[in-house]
Amino acid sequence: MLRIVQYVVGDILRGKIVLGYTGFLLVASFGLFNLGGDTTKGLIGLLSLVLLVVPLVSLVFATVHFYNSYEFIELLAAQPLHRSTLLLAQIFGVALALTAALLVGVGLPIMLYAPTATGFTLIAVSLMLSFVFTALAFLAAVLARDKARGVGAALLLWFYFALLHDGLTLYALFLLEDFPLEGVSLGLLSLNPIDLARVLVLLQMDVSALMGYTGAMMKELLGTGSGVAFAAAVLAGWIAVPLAAAVWVFRRKDL
Amino acid sequence: MHRLRLIALLGLAPSLTPAAELHVGAGQTFASIRPALAAARAGDTIFVHSGLYREGNLLVGKPVALVGLDRPRLDGGATAEVLTITASQVTVRGFAVQNGGAASLADLAGIKVHHASHVTIEDNRISNCSFGIYLSKAHDTVVRSNEIVGIPGQNNEGNGIHAWSCAGLELDRNRVSGQRDGIYLEFTTDSAITRNLVTDNLRYGLHFMSSHRNTYRGNSFLCNGAGVAVMYSHEVRMEANLFGRSWGSAAYGLLLKDMADSQIVGNTFESNSTAVTMQGVTRMTVERNLFRENGWALQVQSSCTDNVFSGNNFVGNSFDLATNGQLDLNRFDGNYWDKAENFDLNRDGVADVPYRPVSLFAMLVERMPSALLLLRSPLVHFLDRAERIFPSLTPDRLIDPHPVMRPHPR
Repeated sequence: MLRIVQYVVGDILRGKIVLGYTGFLLVASFGLFNLGGDTTKGLIGLLSLVLLVVPLVSLVFATVHFYNSYEFIELLAAQPLHRSTLLLAQIFGVALALTAALLVGVGLPIMLYAPTATGFTLIAVSLMLSFVFTALAFLAAVLARDKARGVGAALLLWFYFALLHDGLTLYALFLLEDFPLEGVSLGLLSLNPIDLARVLVLLQMDVSALMGYTGAMMKELLGTGSGVAFAAAVLAGWIAVPLAAAVWVFRRKDL
Repeated sequence: MHRLRLIALLGLAPSLTPAAELHVGAGQTFASIRPALAAARAGDTIFVHSGLYREGNLLVGKPVALVGLDRPRLDGGATAEVLTITASQVTVRGFAVQNGGAASLADLAGIKVHHASHVTIEDNRISNCSFGIYLSKAHDTVVRSNEIVGIPGQNNEGNGIHAWSCAGLELDRNRVSGQRDGIYLEFTTDSAITRNLVTDNLRYGLHFMSSHRNTYRGNSFLCNGAGVAVMYSHEVRMEANLFGRSWGSAAYGLLLKDMADSQIVGNTFESNSTAVTMQGVTRMTVERNLFRENGWALQVQSSCTDNVFSGNNFVGNSFDLATNGQLDLNRFDGNYWDKAENFDLNRDGVADVPYRPVSLFAMLVERMPSALLLLRSPLVHFLDRAERIFPSLTPDRLIDPHPVMRPHPR
């Protein structure tokens, strides 16, 4: 498995796309830190960037990668290898290449300009998001037979998680204004990995505002650090479940 | 003639004798403080050597100086008020006052000054007392460099420094923690509260009730229920203080209620859930303050009128301004807002387009608090941006016409 991962990562790094992704992130990060003046402002800008760009790139790149290396996957499938090993190696290879790009493109500027708890949370969260959306992309790819459908599904997933879900959440809160909504709003957030990532950063960045929130449940979650544990655990679930589903589908798939 | 002079001189004699020094302590003239107080005459100095003195309530009824050497401990035995001062011109310096009593009907204190003026209370350490220092009708009294430590949850019904109906107080460089209110002023006027460090009090760090024409400057208020609460007072000057870490749903750096003609100048508000909240405030100047990384920098109720907010820096707050009205009668001008995405073509340092400090999302959160969890969501960002271009729900006349491009230097 390790050798396949090695091969996949090497293959991706030889291509120019991940290099371009790294360059883009670097330019954007340095730009945000230098233009804003204040490091907090830079981090806020970087958060928006990470929440939108990381899922999009992970989804599209991973789906396209799956279809492009379809023949290689077929070849490997003919070898005495478990199919789960084969797919997991592919997924980890892609995710590792993407996280390497993030570590250089976002991690390095944060280390230089804002080596704070908020900064490190932002790095950790962007790495987790890469894994989540690579897994989701592979799930979409193994489910859809042709490339157009696969990429289309990936784009739809991005649109839903990045924008639509929050819109629906806001609408639901608006409709149910008169009810106690603590649990509901937390549940709705858990259904979106981007929201979980955002909340993890908020717990560092906007803790003053969050502490002003009326509600015993939130107090409990924020005050004790169990909020971080909860969000991180659910986010880990967002990696594990799509991964398992993709493997399950791939093992039964007629290549 | 000679004789007459002599008689006159003798008559004046007591006031002419030089002030005596009385010593209290093991191996000294007096073994305890009470007899020394009884023997002392006006103007005398009583030196109390180190040791533990359990003498119940000590009453200082004449103008003497009580000076502790090597911090003698005055212990109230958890039943009595430790030191009660009823004479003017008294000085109390260098004591550790501990274990004062608490009562539900009387306000027992570590040191109480009652109906006296020009008293100096300096360099004492007051711990585990209900009220720390209690001033009642104590005009022109100086309270300086004392440390008052309450035990939260145990004797939290008393305030650190409590002033009732006083004028001309000087409260300087005291440290107060663990009390109900750190410093409490009621019907107290023309006083200066400077350079105090007030932390971890249950309710307010500094609390004004109907206390006019006071100044507080250079104090730090950290981790209190609310840093400072100013209520029903006018002409209060608040300058160069630090308000920090007031966290909670009803926690404020500065709480202003029904007051007028005051100034808030050059203060720093950092990491409070709400930095400043205002209800029924009129003719207030809020100038050259720094609001940094607060949840809400300003919460201004629509009952506030004729206030001016200018030259302030708003940096890294989750929300800069929340309101339940239009705030038509208030003026925002020349502030630095880090959320303003603006431009300055003529390069005069002032942005070319007015800024709207109230965001759509701030209004939404005001209405449905649970929406707060969507803070910094890309969707919210787009909604806010659209609203800034075409205002429909946010107060359309609430603008800063001259936002500056760079933070004001401090």
